[in-house]
Amino acid sequence: MSIRLTALLSLLALALAGPGRGAVEPSAMRTIPAGFYEPLQRSTTDAARVAVAAFQLDECPVTNAQFLAFVTANPKWRRSEVSRLFADASYLASWAGDLEPGVAAPPDAPVVQVSWFAARAYARWAGKRLPSTAEWELAASAGYTRADGKDDEAFKRALYAWLARPVPTVLAPVSSIRPDFNGVRGLSGLVWEWVDDFNTAMVTGESRADSGLDRDLFCGAGSIGAKDPSDYAAFMRQALRSSLRASNTTTSLGFRCAHNLP
Amino acid sequence: MNPIRLTPVLALAWMTTLVAADEGLGAAQGPVALPPEVMNLPIEQAILTAPPHVPPPITRQTAARVVVNLEVREVVAKLADGVEYTFWTFGGSVPGSFIRVREGDEVEFHLNNHPSSKLPHNIDLHAVTGPGGGAASTFTAPGHSSQFTFKALNPGLFVYHCATAPVPMHIGSGMYGMILVEPKEGLPKVDREYYVMQGEFYTTGKYGEEGMQSFDMAKAIDERPPYIVFNGSVGSLVGDKALTAKVGEKVRIFFGVGGPNITSSFHIIGEIFDKVWPEGGTKLVQENVQTTMVPSGGSTIVEFTVNVPGTFVLVDHSLTRAFNKGALGMLKVEGPVDRVVYSGKEIDAVYLGSQADEGSQAAKREAELKAKIAAEIKSNPVISGLTKEAQVEKGKQVYMGLCFACHQPDGKGLASVFPPLAGSDFLLADRDRAIRIVLKGLSGPVTVNGKTINSAMPAQESTLTDQQIADVLTFVFNSWGNQGDAFTADQVKATRNQLH
Repeated sequence: MSIRLTALLSLLALALAGPGRGAVEPSAMRTIPAGFYEPLQRSTTDAARVAVAAFQLDECPVTNAQFLAFVTANPKWRRSEVSRLFADASYLASWAGDLEPGVAAPPDAPVVQVSWFAARAYARWAGKRLPSTAEWELAASAGYTRADGKDDEAFKRALYAWLARPVPTVLAPVSSIRPDFNGVRGLSGLVWEWVDDFNTAMVTGESRADSGLDRDLFCGAGSIGAKDPSDYAAFMRQALRSSLRASNTTTSLGFRCAHNLP
Repeated sequence: MNPIRLTPVLALAWMTTLVAADEGLGAAQGPVALPPEVMNLPIEQAILTAPPHVPPPITRQTAARVVVNLEVREVVAKLADGVEYTFWTFGGSVPGSFIRVREGDEVEFHLNNHPSSKLPHNIDLHAVTGPGGGAASTFTAPGHSSQFTFKALNPGLFVYHCATAPVPMHIGSGMYGMILVEPKEGLPKVDREYYVMQGEFYTTGKYGEEGMQSFDMAKAIDERPPYIVFNGSVGSLVGDKALTAKVGEKVRIFFGVGGPNITSSFHIIGEIFDKVWPEGGTKLVQENVQTTMVPSGGSTIVEFTVNVPGTFVLVDHSLTRAFNKGALGMLKVEGPVDRVVYSGKEIDAVYLGSQADEGSQAAKREAELKAKIAAEIKSNPVISGLTKEAQVEKGKQVYMGLCFACHQPDGKGLASVFPPLAGSDFLLADRDRAIRIVLKGLSGPVTVNGKTINSAMPAQESTLTDQQIADVLTFVFNSWGNQGDAFTADQVKATRNQLH
């Protein structure tokens, strides 16, 4: 495919995402101020808090229109051509065709059914990277009106209402989500999101102990060593991450990109 | 291997292994190499049933390899009238599908997480001997399927549930059910088997608040559920969804508590459990039990013969749960009545507690009053000022609000229970006595129109004013063919004063 056609398709995709929603520029980024991430679970030797440097994060999760531009430019990431090593059989399954998201995947809705490999490839293509768990969780801890969402009742209500709702057949546009304290949308309320180091979930980070770790602390045992056993949302994210393989895709799992501060 | 960062080469190697293991999750090790004596067992697909139904008893006398296919689905369904909730289910129902295997069976378990699921799920079967009860082996991402195999070593009635963190939310969304491992010798034969589980729901809204409800984490942590219900919703076992049986049948209920927190004081109103296998174990340890305690994540097997027809109500006898939170179900029994076992209501009479004795003193006063009041009626100018019709109309209102329930709207009373007023010789014979009876009530035998009635009427002296009593008596004395003069408030007042 010629570069010109790719560019045209990208423009078309962006135009499709655009009408009537001038307020949201899908590739816009916001700055997340430096802060601390408290891992949900840690061993006795781990630090209670991990310092996270300020970074940039996409305002919205990556949309179908944006992902269409990516697969248009990178044929090996099209549904019919992707290697099974890098994406399972459900990869982009809700799309109508290789280069046609279709009615079930509106251009301005977040792209889902993408693997970690695909998300990473997209980020690299876009000149960005995936956020780390620490970065993502730090960003997601912001409420609507406060830096710490734990004290934001309206934010917590919306979060738990979303967690308890099933996945809709057609996802809402990214612009429909209320921006948080940092101006970021949809860290909750739309889809789950890949993080770069998703596969460290349930792992303490002490590399030599990996094989001996009790990775699978289920039932009540799941709260052993947890910093805050009442943070159910964090448990749900952690459970999801630890259930995934890098080639997996689900109907409610998308991603967004991050960038170091210039 | 450093778990934080996989080098591309290592990642590739790891992925290759995975694909070889059929894209399984966790540390998928591939199907277990079963010894020939197990491999050669007959293979059977497990019959799964939604509550309140139970798969048929197992009749085979030998072990089998039983394949269980259970699908996890997240569905919006009714929690109560006008109240919706997102249930996470094993098999689409709450509680999840009932699984029935036999002691010694080799169970090949497939957990399939529907692609539309938002979350990963797993299953911890209390019937499994092994770490996590299968939880680690069945941890399954949305749109994936896991398989593991276990041997049903211990017979009993076991709860299963999702054990993915945060587990109280998974169970609090309906992710529990039961698996029966039948003992080799089977269970005693019964006529009907049912499947009922109790569980509580922590909704943001209070009980009955309409609309879509979400899970309230704070209420869950405080263990303050607005709903405690049987089989996943208020009214799941009432009306045309009630359990049924016929008189003389032996009924077995497999009862469990999913929780996540609240235990049950399981009781059936009007029945006695002939036999109880407490905590779902295999030893019959108790007979003739009224209420049996069932722990959260536990079960019980109860058996009873239904002797009489009627509706028997299943409750958690921690009763605000039944009365205010939904823990109610019904067993409707049809068949011939047996009035020796249960007569039904035989008598309904008014009971007044202690009542002023209508002794001889009152009788003496009666004579005095009679003369006095008769004289007063004639001399009182107020009487002439009142039209009898108006009094009759007002009196009718009093009668229809108070008296008609016993004496009936037509004044004919109820045979042998409440005396008639229409054409009553007893009433019409003595106007003064009539006032006194209304004021003070009457209990004990009286003879009305030749029939003796032994009943009781409550005193109205604190309920009705003098004028109201005069009005109602005027109505009674001028209705249904009765004819008489009007009563006055002063007459009533005089009687009232004399009686005090």
